[in-house]
Amino acid sequence: MFTIRVNGEDHTVDVPADKPLLWVLREDLKLTGSKYGCGQALCGACTVHVDDQPTRSCVMPISAAEGHNITTVEAIDQQQIGRLVQQAWQELNVPQCGYCQSGQVMAATALLTENRSPSDRDIDEAMSGNICRCGTYARIRKAIHKIADEQL
Amino acid sequence: MLLLRNYWLGLSAALALLVSGGALAQSPLFTPIYEVLTHPRCLNCHTLTDFPRQGDERRRHDQLVMRGEDNHGAPTLQCSACHQEQNVAEDKVPGAPHWGLAPLSMGWEGMGPQELCTVLKDQSKNGGKDLQALLKHMEEDPLVLWGFDPGEGRTLPPVDHTRFVELLEQWVNAGGPC
Repeated sequence: MFTIRVNGEDHTVDVPADKPLLWVLREDLKLTGSKYGCGQALCGACTVHVDDQPTRSCVMPISAAEGHNITTVEAIDQQQIGRLVQQAWQELNVPQCGYCQSGQVMAATALLTENRSPSDRDIDEAMSGNICRCGTYARIRKAIHKIADEQL
Repeated sequence: MLLLRNYWLGLSAALALLVSGGALAQSPLFTPIYEVLTHPRCLNCHTLTDFPRQGDERRRHDQLVMRGEDNHGAPTLQCSACHQEQNVAEDKVPGAPHWGLAPLSMGWEGMGPQELCTVLKDQSKNGGKDLQALLKHMEEDPLVLWGFDPGEGRTLPPVDHTRFVELLEQWVNAGGPC
Protein backbone atom coordinates (compact mmCIF):
# COMPACT_ATOMS: atom_id res chain seq x y z
CA MET A 1 0.00 0.00 0.00
CA PHE A 2 1.30 3.44 -0.91
CA THR A 3 -0.12 6.83 -0.08
CA ILE A 4 0.66 9.63 -2.49
CA ARG A 5 -0.45 13.24 -2.46
CA VAL A 6 -1.79 14.24 -5.87
CA ASN A 7 -3.20 17.69 -6.63
CA GLY A 8 -3.53 18.35 -2.92
CA GLU A 9 -5.34 15.13 -2.01
CA ASP A 10 -3.98 11.96 -0.45
CA HIS A 11 -4.67 8.70 -2.27
CA THR A 12 -3.83 5.23 -1.00
CA VAL A 13 -3.25 2.59 -3.63
CA ASP A 14 -2.54 -1.12 -3.37
CA VAL A 15 -0.01 -1.63 -6.17
CA PRO A 16 3.48 -3.16 -6.58
CA ALA A 17 6.35 -0.94 -5.41
CA ASP A 18 7.80 -0.68 -8.90
CA LYS A 19 4.59 0.36 -10.62
CA PRO A 20 5.38 3.64 -12.41
CA LEU A 21 3.66 6.73 -11.06
CA LEU A 22 2.20 7.35 -14.54
CA TRP A 23 0.22 4.13 -14.43
CA VAL A 24 -0.99 4.76 -10.89
CA LEU A 25 -2.23 8.16 -12.04
CA ARG A 26 -3.88 6.82 -15.18
CA GLU A 27 -5.19 3.44 -14.04
CA ASP A 28 -5.79 3.78 -10.32
CA LEU A 29 -6.65 7.47 -9.98
CA LYS A 30 -8.19 7.86 -13.46
CA LEU A 31 -6.13 10.98 -14.11
CA THR A 32 -5.49 10.42 -17.81
CA GLY A 33 -4.13 13.85 -18.73
CA SER A 34 -0.54 12.62 -18.37
CA LYS A 35 0.30 10.56 -21.43
CA TYR A 36 2.34 7.43 -22.08
CA GLY A 37 4.82 8.07 -24.87
CA CYS A 38 8.05 6.09 -24.68
CA GLY A 39 8.12 4.62 -21.18
CA GLN A 40 11.83 5.47 -20.92
CA ALA A 41 11.89 9.17 -19.98
CA LEU A 42 12.89 10.09 -23.50
CA CYS A 43 9.89 12.06 -24.73
CA GLY A 44 8.35 13.97 -21.82
CA ALA A 45 4.68 13.18 -22.59
CA CYS A 46 4.23 11.85 -19.03
CA THR A 47 5.67 14.94 -17.30
CA VAL A 48 4.15 15.82 -13.93
CA HIS A 49 5.48 18.03 -11.15
CA VAL A 50 7.02 16.35 -8.13
CA ASP A 51 7.58 19.03 -5.49
CA ASP A 52 7.26 21.57 -8.32
CA GLN A 53 9.99 19.93 -10.44
CA PRO A 54 9.06 18.48 -13.84
CA THR A 55 9.48 14.72 -13.53
CA ARG A 56 8.94 11.84 -15.95
CA SER A 57 6.23 9.85 -14.24
CA CYS A 58 6.68 6.87 -16.58
CA VAL A 59 9.96 5.93 -14.87
CA MET A 60 9.26 6.99 -11.29
CA PRO A 61 8.33 4.00 -9.15
CA ILE A 62 5.33 4.62 -6.92
CA SER A 63 7.59 3.79 -3.96
CA ALA A 64 9.70 6.87 -4.80
CA ALA A 65 6.66 9.12 -5.10
CA GLU A 66 5.52 8.69 -1.50
CA GLY A 67 6.01 11.76 0.66
CA HIS A 68 6.11 14.16 -2.27
CA ASN A 69 3.61 16.65 -3.62
CA ILE A 70 2.55 15.60 -7.08
CA THR A 71 0.78 17.95 -9.46
CA THR A 72 -0.71 16.79 -12.73
CA VAL A 73 -2.04 18.75 -15.69
CA GLU A 74 -5.56 18.30 -14.33
CA ALA A 75 -4.76 20.77 -11.55
CA ILE A 76 -2.25 23.05 -13.25
CA ASP A 77 -4.91 25.74 -13.73
CA GLN A 78 -4.94 26.16 -9.96
CA GLN A 79 -1.58 27.89 -10.35
CA GLN A 80 -1.59 31.38 -11.86
CA ILE A 81 1.19 30.60 -14.29
CA GLY A 82 -0.30 27.26 -15.20
CA ARG A 83 -3.53 29.02 -16.06
CA LEU A 84 -1.68 31.60 -18.18
CA VAL A 85 0.14 28.81 -20.01
CA GLN A 86 -3.10 27.02 -20.83
CA GLN A 87 -4.70 30.27 -22.03
CA ALA A 88 -1.73 31.16 -24.22
CA TRP A 89 -1.71 27.63 -25.61
CA GLN A 90 -5.32 28.12 -26.67
CA GLU A 91 -4.88 31.64 -28.00
CA LEU A 92 -1.90 30.73 -30.15
CA ASN A 93 -3.36 27.36 -31.09
CA VAL A 94 -0.15 25.69 -29.94
CA PRO A 95 -1.15 22.01 -30.07
CA GLN A 96 -1.55 20.09 -33.27
CA CYS A 97 -2.34 16.47 -32.44
CA GLY A 98 -2.00 17.40 -28.77
CA TYR A 99 -0.55 14.16 -27.47
CA CYS A 100 2.62 15.71 -25.99
CA GLN A 101 0.99 18.91 -24.87
CA SER A 102 0.15 18.11 -21.28
CA GLY A 103 3.86 17.44 -20.81
CA GLN A 104 4.70 20.67 -22.66
CA VAL A 105 2.32 22.63 -20.43
CA MET A 106 3.85 21.14 -17.29
CA ALA A 107 7.40 21.92 -18.46
CA ALA A 108 6.50 25.46 -19.56
CA THR A 109 4.70 26.19 -16.29
CA ALA A 110 7.72 25.09 -14.27
CA LEU A 111 10.06 27.15 -16.46
CA LEU A 112 8.01 30.34 -16.18
CA THR A 113 7.52 29.85 -12.45
CA GLU A 114 11.27 29.60 -11.98
CA ASN A 115 12.23 32.18 -14.59
CA ARG A 116 9.76 34.91 -15.51
CA SER A 117 11.82 36.20 -18.41
CA PRO A 118 13.39 33.19 -20.11
CA SER A 119 15.71 33.64 -23.07
CA ASP A 120 15.52 31.35 -26.09
CA ARG A 121 18.45 29.46 -24.57
CA ASP A 122 16.61 29.06 -21.25
CA ILE A 123 13.61 27.73 -23.16
CA ASP A 124 15.75 25.27 -25.11
CA GLU A 125 17.43 24.00 -21.96
CA ALA A 126 14.17 23.60 -20.07
CA MET A 127 12.00 22.21 -22.88
CA SER A 128 14.31 19.98 -24.93
CA GLY A 129 13.27 16.90 -22.98
CA ASN A 130 9.71 17.34 -24.26
CA ILE A 131 9.47 16.04 -27.78
CA CYS A 132 6.71 17.09 -30.21
CA ARG A 133 6.34 14.98 -33.32
CA CYS A 134 4.06 17.57 -34.89
CA GLY A 135 6.87 20.13 -34.61
CA THR A 136 4.98 22.77 -32.64
CA TYR A 137 8.22 24.03 -31.10
CA ALA A 138 8.00 27.48 -32.73
CA ARG A 139 4.51 28.04 -31.32
CA ILE A 140 5.58 26.74 -27.90
CA ARG A 141 8.45 29.21 -27.86
CA LYS A 142 6.17 32.05 -29.00
CA ALA A 143 3.61 31.25 -26.32
CA ILE A 144 6.24 31.20 -23.56
CA HIS A 145 7.63 34.55 -24.71
CA LYS A 146 4.13 36.01 -24.98
CA ILE A 147 3.34 35.12 -21.37
CA ALA A 148 6.69 36.42 -20.14
CA ASP A 149 6.45 39.67 -22.14
CA GLU A 150 2.81 40.52 -21.57
CA GLN A 151 1.65 38.88 -18.36
CA LEU A 152 4.52 38.39 -15.92
CA MET B 1 80.74 20.30 -31.87
CA LEU B 2 78.48 17.53 -33.14
CA LEU B 3 78.81 15.80 -29.77
CA LEU B 4 77.76 18.97 -27.95
CA ARG B 5 74.76 19.39 -30.27
CA ASN B 6 73.60 15.83 -29.61
CA TYR B 7 74.01 16.39 -25.88
CA TRP B 8 71.72 19.45 -25.99
CA LEU B 9 69.16 17.65 -28.14
CA GLY B 10 69.08 14.76 -25.68
CA LEU B 11 68.71 17.06 -22.69
CA SER B 12 65.86 18.98 -24.38
CA ALA B 13 64.01 15.77 -25.14
CA ALA B 14 64.36 14.59 -21.53
CA LEU B 15 63.09 17.92 -20.23
CA ALA B 16 60.16 17.88 -22.64
CA LEU B 17 59.24 14.40 -21.42
CA LEU B 18 59.32 15.51 -17.80
CA VAL B 19 57.28 18.64 -18.46
CA SER B 20 54.63 16.78 -20.44
CA GLY B 21 54.30 14.11 -17.78
CA GLY B 22 55.55 11.35 -20.03
CA ALA B 23 55.31 7.66 -19.37
CA LEU B 24 58.73 7.37 -17.73
CA ALA B 25 57.70 9.62 -14.86
CA GLN B 26 54.40 7.87 -14.26
CA SER B 27 53.62 5.70 -11.24
CA PRO B 28 52.78 2.09 -12.14
CA LEU B 29 50.47 2.03 -9.11
CA PHE B 30 48.25 4.69 -10.66
CA THR B 31 48.12 3.27 -14.19
CA PRO B 32 45.36 0.68 -13.55
CA ILE B 33 43.39 3.26 -11.54
CA TYR B 34 43.68 5.66 -14.48
CA GLU B 35 42.27 2.98 -16.77
CA VAL B 36 39.18 2.79 -14.54
CA LEU B 37 38.71 6.53 -14.05
CA THR B 38 38.85 7.19 -17.78
CA HIS B 39 36.27 4.52 -18.58
CA PRO B 40 33.03 6.05 -19.94
CA ARG B 41 31.08 4.87 -16.85
CA CYS B 42 33.18 7.30 -14.80
CA LEU B 43 34.26 9.92 -17.33
CA ASN B 44 30.82 10.61 -18.83
CA CYS B 45 29.91 12.55 -15.68
CA HIS B 46 33.44 13.75 -14.82
CA THR B 47 33.41 16.05 -17.84
CA LEU B 48 35.04 19.39 -18.50
CA THR B 49 31.99 20.52 -20.45
CA ASP B 50 28.77 22.20 -19.37
CA PHE B 51 26.89 19.00 -20.16
CA PRO B 52 27.20 15.28 -19.37
CA ARG B 53 27.96 12.61 -21.93
CA GLN B 54 26.44 9.18 -22.48
CA GLY B 55 27.27 5.85 -24.03
CA ASP B 56 30.64 4.27 -24.75
CA GLU B 57 30.99 6.65 -27.69
CA ARG B 58 30.70 9.44 -25.12
CA ARG B 59 28.24 11.47 -27.15
CA ARG B 60 26.70 14.60 -25.71
CA HIS B 61 23.74 13.70 -23.49
CA ASP B 62 20.47 13.69 -25.42
CA GLN B 63 17.69 16.21 -24.75
CA LEU B 64 20.16 19.10 -24.45
CA VAL B 65 20.79 18.12 -20.84
CA MET B 66 22.92 20.77 -19.14
CA ARG B 67 25.31 20.77 -16.20
CA GLY B 68 23.48 23.63 -14.44
CA GLU B 69 24.78 25.71 -11.56
CA ASP B 70 24.66 22.87 -9.04
CA ASN B 71 25.83 20.11 -11.44
CA HIS B 72 22.37 18.57 -11.38
CA GLY B 73 20.91 19.99 -14.56
CA ALA B 74 19.04 23.06 -15.77
CA PRO B 75 16.77 24.69 -13.16
CA THR B 76 13.66 22.89 -14.38
CA LEU B 77 15.23 19.97 -16.22
CA GLN B 78 17.11 18.34 -13.38
CA CYS B 79 18.87 14.97 -13.58
CA SER B 80 16.23 13.65 -11.20
CA ALA B 81 13.52 14.41 -13.77
CA CYS B 82 14.48 11.08 -15.33
CA HIS B 83 17.15 9.38 -13.18
CA GLN B 84 15.82 7.54 -10.15
CA GLU B 85 17.76 6.04 -7.24
CA GLN B 86 18.15 2.81 -9.21
CA ASN B 87 17.99 1.72 -12.82
CA VAL B 88 14.45 1.62 -14.17
CA ALA B 89 12.66 0.60 -17.38
CA GLU B 90 14.58 -2.70 -17.52
CA ASP B 91 17.90 -0.90 -17.03
CA LYS B 92 17.34 1.39 -19.99
CA VAL B 93 17.26 4.45 -17.74
CA PRO B 94 20.28 4.37 -15.42
CA GLY B 95 19.93 5.56 -11.86
CA ALA B 96 21.67 5.79 -8.49
CA PRO B 97 21.37 8.04 -5.44
CA HIS B 98 22.34 11.70 -6.04
CA TRP B 99 22.73 11.13 -9.79
CA GLY B 100 24.51 14.13 -11.27
CA LEU B 101 27.73 15.51 -12.70
CA ALA B 102 30.94 15.81 -10.75
CA PRO B 103 31.87 19.49 -10.34
CA LEU B 104 33.94 21.02 -13.15
CA SER B 105 37.03 21.03 -10.92
CA MET B 106 36.74 17.24 -10.85
CA GLY B 107 36.58 16.92 -14.64
CA TRP B 108 39.21 14.64 -16.15
CA GLU B 109 38.57 14.66 -19.90
CA GLY B 110 41.65 14.69 -22.10
CA MET B 111 44.09 14.21 -19.22
CA GLY B 112 47.02 11.83 -19.20
CA PRO B 113 47.71 9.68 -16.12
CA GLN B 114 49.99 12.11 -14.37
CA GLU B 115 47.80 15.14 -14.83
CA LEU B 116 44.67 13.25 -13.79
CA CYS B 117 46.45 11.88 -10.72
CA THR B 118 47.57 15.36 -9.72
CA VAL B 119 44.08 16.84 -10.21
CA LEU B 120 42.52 13.91 -8.34
CA LYS B 121 44.69 14.57 -5.30
CA ASP B 122 44.44 18.37 -5.40
CA GLN B 123 42.31 19.22 -2.38
CA SER B 124 41.46 22.63 -3.85
CA LYS B 125 39.77 20.74 -6.70
CA ASN B 126 38.53 17.50 -5.18
CA GLY B 127 36.29 18.86 -2.46
CA GLY B 128 38.97 18.80 0.25
CA LYS B 129 39.55 15.05 0.15
CA ASP B 130 42.82 13.61 1.39
CA LEU B 131 43.92 10.17 0.16
CA GLN B 132 41.84 8.32 2.74
CA ALA B 133 38.76 10.34 1.84
CA LEU B 134 39.35 9.64 -1.85
CA LEU B 135 39.56 5.94 -1.05
CA LYS B 136 36.33 6.11 0.96
CA HIS B 137 34.54 7.96 -1.87
CA MET B 138 35.55 5.39 -4.44
CA GLU B 139 34.89 2.51 -2.07
CA GLU B 140 31.43 3.54 -0.84
CA ASP B 141 29.75 6.25 -2.89
CA PRO B 142 26.64 4.71 -4.48
CA LEU B 143 27.21 6.63 -7.69
CA VAL B 144 30.73 5.18 -7.96
CA LEU B 145 29.38 1.71 -7.17
CA TRP B 146 26.81 2.08 -9.95
CA GLY B 147 29.68 2.40 -12.43
CA PHE B 148 30.74 -1.15 -11.62
CA ASP B 149 27.20 -2.53 -11.83
CA PRO B 150 25.60 -0.31 -14.46
CA GLY B 151 23.05 -2.82 -15.71
CA GLU B 152 22.17 -4.52 -18.96
CA GLY B 153 23.70 -3.11 -22.10
CA ARG B 154 26.53 -1.09 -20.58
CA THR B 155 30.23 -1.96 -20.64
CA LEU B 156 32.16 -2.29 -17.41
CA PRO B 157 35.40 -0.67 -16.24
CA PRO B 158 38.44 -2.89 -16.82
CA VAL B 159 38.50 -4.31 -13.26
CA ASP B 160 35.68 -5.12 -10.83
CA HIS B 161 35.03 -2.97 -7.79
CA THR B 162 36.75 -5.31 -5.31
CA ARG B 163 39.93 -5.23 -7.38
CA PHE B 164 39.60 -1.48 -7.87
CA VAL B 165 39.54 -0.93 -4.11
CA GLU B 166 42.62 -3.17 -3.72
CA LEU B 167 44.44 -1.10 -6.33
CA LEU B 168 43.38 2.11 -4.59
CA GLU B 169 44.58 0.83 -1.20
CA GLN B 170 47.98 0.00 -2.67
CA TRP B 171 48.19 3.44 -4.23
CA VAL B 172 47.05 5.22 -1.05
CA ASN B 173 49.40 3.18 1.16
CA ALA B 174 52.27 4.19 -1.10
CA GLY B 175 51.40 7.85 -0.56
CA GLY B 176 49.44 8.35 -3.77
CA PRO B 177 52.34 8.54 -6.23
CA CYS B 178 51.66 10.09 -9.61
